[in-house]
Amino acid sequence: MEGYPLLEVKELRTRFSSEKGTITAVDGVTFKVDYGETLGVVGESGCGKSVTAESIMRLLNEKSTRYDGEINFKGVNLLSLPEKKMLDIRGNEISMIFQDAMTSLNPVFTIGDQIAESIIVHQNLGKKEAMEKAVEMLRLTGIPSPEKRVHEYPHEISGGMRQRVMIAMALSCQPSLLIADEPTTALDVTIQAQILEVINDLKEELNMGVIMITHDLGVVAEVCTRVAVMYLGQVIEESDVDALFASPRHPYTRGLLKSIPTITGDRSQKLHTIQGVVPALDNVPKGCRFAPRCPYATDKCMTEFPLLETLENGQKIRCWHHQEIMEREAASDVITAAT
Amino acid sequence: MLLQQQLDGKITEQKDTGTPLLQVRNLKKYFPITSPFGRLKGHVKAVESVNFDLYEKGTLGLVGESGCGKSTTGRSILRLIEPTEGSVNYRGKDLLQLNQREFKGFRKEMQMVFQDPHSSLNPKKRIGELIEEPMEIHKIGTKADRMERAMDLLKRTGIREDQYFRFPHEFSGGQRQRIGIARALAVDPAIIVLDEPVSALDVSIQSQVLNLLEEIQDEFKLAYLFISHDLSVVRHIADEIGVMYLGHMVEKAPTDDLFANPLHPYTKALLSAIPIPDRKQRRERIIIKGDVPSPIDPPSGCVFHTRCPFAMEQCKSIKPEMLQQSDGHQVACHLYN
Ligand SMILES: Nc1ncnc2c1ncn2[C@@H]1O[C@H](COP(=O)(O)OP(=O)(O)OP(=O)(O)O)[C@@H](O)[C@H]1O
Ligand SMILES: Nc1ncnc2c1ncn2[C@@H]1O[C@H](COP(=O)(O)OP(=O)(O)OP(=O)(O)O)[C@@H](O)[C@H]1O
Ligand code: SF4
Ligand code: SF4
Ligand SMILES: [Mg+2]
Ligand SMILES: [Mg+2]
Repeated sequence: MEGYPLLEVKELRTRFSSEKGTITAVDGVTFKVDYGETLGVVGESGCGKSVTAESIMRLLNEKSTRYDGEINFKGVNLLSLPEKKMLDIRGNEISMIFQDAMTSLNPVFTIGDQIAESIIVHQNLGKKEAMEKAVEMLRLTGIPSPEKRVHEYPHEISGGMRQRVMIAMALSCQPSLLIADEPTTALDVTIQAQILEVINDLKEELNMGVIMITHDLGVVAEVCTRVAVMYLGQVIEESDVDALFASPRHPYTRGLLKSIPTITGDRSQKLHTIQGVVPALDNVPKGCRFAPRCPYATDKCMTEFPLLETLENGQKIRCWHHQEIMEREAASDVITAAT
Repeated sequence: MLLQQQLDGKITEQKDTGTPLLQVRNLKKYFPITSPFGRLKGHVKAVESVNFDLYEKGTLGLVGESGCGKSTTGRSILRLIEPTEGSVNYRGKDLLQLNQREFKGFRKEMQMVFQDPHSSLNPKKRIGELIEEPMEIHKIGTKADRMERAMDLLKRTGIREDQYFRFPHEFSGGQRQRIGIARALAVDPAIIVLDEPVSALDVSIQSQVLNLLEEIQDEFKLAYLFISHDLSVVRHIADEIGVMYLGHMVEKAPTDDLFANPLHPYTKALLSAIPIPDRKQRRERIIIKGDVPSPIDPPSGCVFHTRCPFAMEQCKSIKPEMLQQSDGHQVACHLYN
């Protein structure tokens, strides 16, 4: 599989149908993840981050879900694989960790048994060796005295510890892609810092690709190399993480970065706000999806749908007017600076 | 406009030297743990000897990790739960000494807004009724007065008046949080305890609600106790911040002072762990090891000593006192003794 990028998602579309009709939760998502790279996927609640991840793993109920587009993993389109082949990939080549470790762990088995189980399933090792490997994995995630911890049950350990167990389990088969869906959202900041460090260290050690799903732009700045910003089922901006923070281009990304309070910002200023709320998925705006909330929207934005455009520096933007907006803002910055 | 801002600025500066509206002293709350047969097995030491003051138009932020006792502190001063010890002085009266009947008169002075806008509003009631309800309980005004005030408050909190007859589920999280705020304002309180009021909201909605809270604070002359685990949010809204760890307040300082010059090792670790959404501001992290110990059996001496990178011999046995280091900046740590 040499020569192929690790993961290339092209125009992914995920639709759910029910008696009430069809909704398109992911609508034309495109991005790439390479070995040793962390791609951040950010966006507000309901924008399709988890569905994108679940589509890559093909975890959704395929009776009511329809996928379109391509998910090329090491050159193979996962959407065309039979379920049997997916079993070899899931949890083995691609692993996922979730926000709530408690619900993903089985309360009646010790954590050692659970990690060992996934090793036995995927790696053909005996029980004893699998248990030894489980201890080793727990040690890697920074759990003190792992040989004692393997005998404990999920409810006996803290939230941060459970998240480490999940990481140990997800990485026990040395996957080449790790999808982390809000892995630290339920944790305190000091524990979050520990977990992010563990993921980062292991990424480097295993040369994995990581997809870090989060709604926290701070987390993105800390651990990601590239970022895809999602809004209502679409990627609206994708860029190198430095470029995104230094010069966000899409009006939504700009607005978002200005509206979060930070520990270094000017406290006396009122916070910037983005007007309105995210529309519902069964009521998606016809043109640009951000148009009803965008301060720069024109008539064209209301009716015509912008495509994801790739700029010279590799940054990708889905906006009709990003060029003019940037020039206008730069000019007004000069004026503000002069007064 | 500018003059008004300057005036407001002056008021803010003077605030700290004015008389406090509420004085909380040695607040303590232990929750009993009983066996299935009712035998007392121990206590969750949720809040241990917490002190602070609230001022008109001032905001005290309470920060700290999950389970450190922030909500218990907020609920105790409103007597939503009965504190184990301490005093809560409001306009010269110790609220904790009043019996339920006497306390009822004070209840309307202090309101609370909760984290979860989904579960804190009764789904069967129309939002107009929800806002009128506290006025009804406290027998304020006639029915017509109450309706008028509800309409006013809806408008003030950015909900259209014609949505008066709608039900909570018809609103988004941010709108529901505004309705919760309108409801708290209905009885014209002096103090509002805000327990994680924006934690459940998306970032683009958070700033709308934070701005609203700032506007109504001036307009209604409110004192806020603002509880949050998000230090960036607290920094934006609070004038003063109290940092809690395992039921103890370990540091308290004016906001800018706390961020510029954190003293307690826990505060330092906490501040350094906040991810900053700015690539140019990367800093060295102080990663503290391990987990927060159990509040049932907290460590002896300084409660932070099991995780503190600077712990000394005396920290294991002697509990540090909260001591004044500079104007309004207090810390409980033997390093500053
Ligand atoms: N199995 C499903 N069937 C039908 N609709 C679904 C399903 N899973 C998700 N959705 C809908 O798809 C949309 C995208 O959901 P998704 O869970 O991907 O959002 P998200 O970006 O992960 O949000 P959050 O930050 O809240 O986790 C939502 O409107 C959600 O209600
Ligand atoms: N009613 C109760 N009975 C027993 N223990 C309780 C009760 N309420 C809270 N506690 C315990 O008291 C401690 C402090 O809880 P509290 O809810 O005040 O923390 P918090 O700082 O608000 O945390 P969070 O950030 O998670 O909301 C915790 O250990 C909690 O489990
Ligand atoms: S296309 Fe138009 S509405 Fe959409 S983000 Fe760009 S300027 Fe705004
Ligand atoms: S008193 Fe000792 S253990 Fe506690 S914070 Fe200070 S140095 Fe650390
Ligand atoms: Mg999700
Ligand atoms: Mg709480």
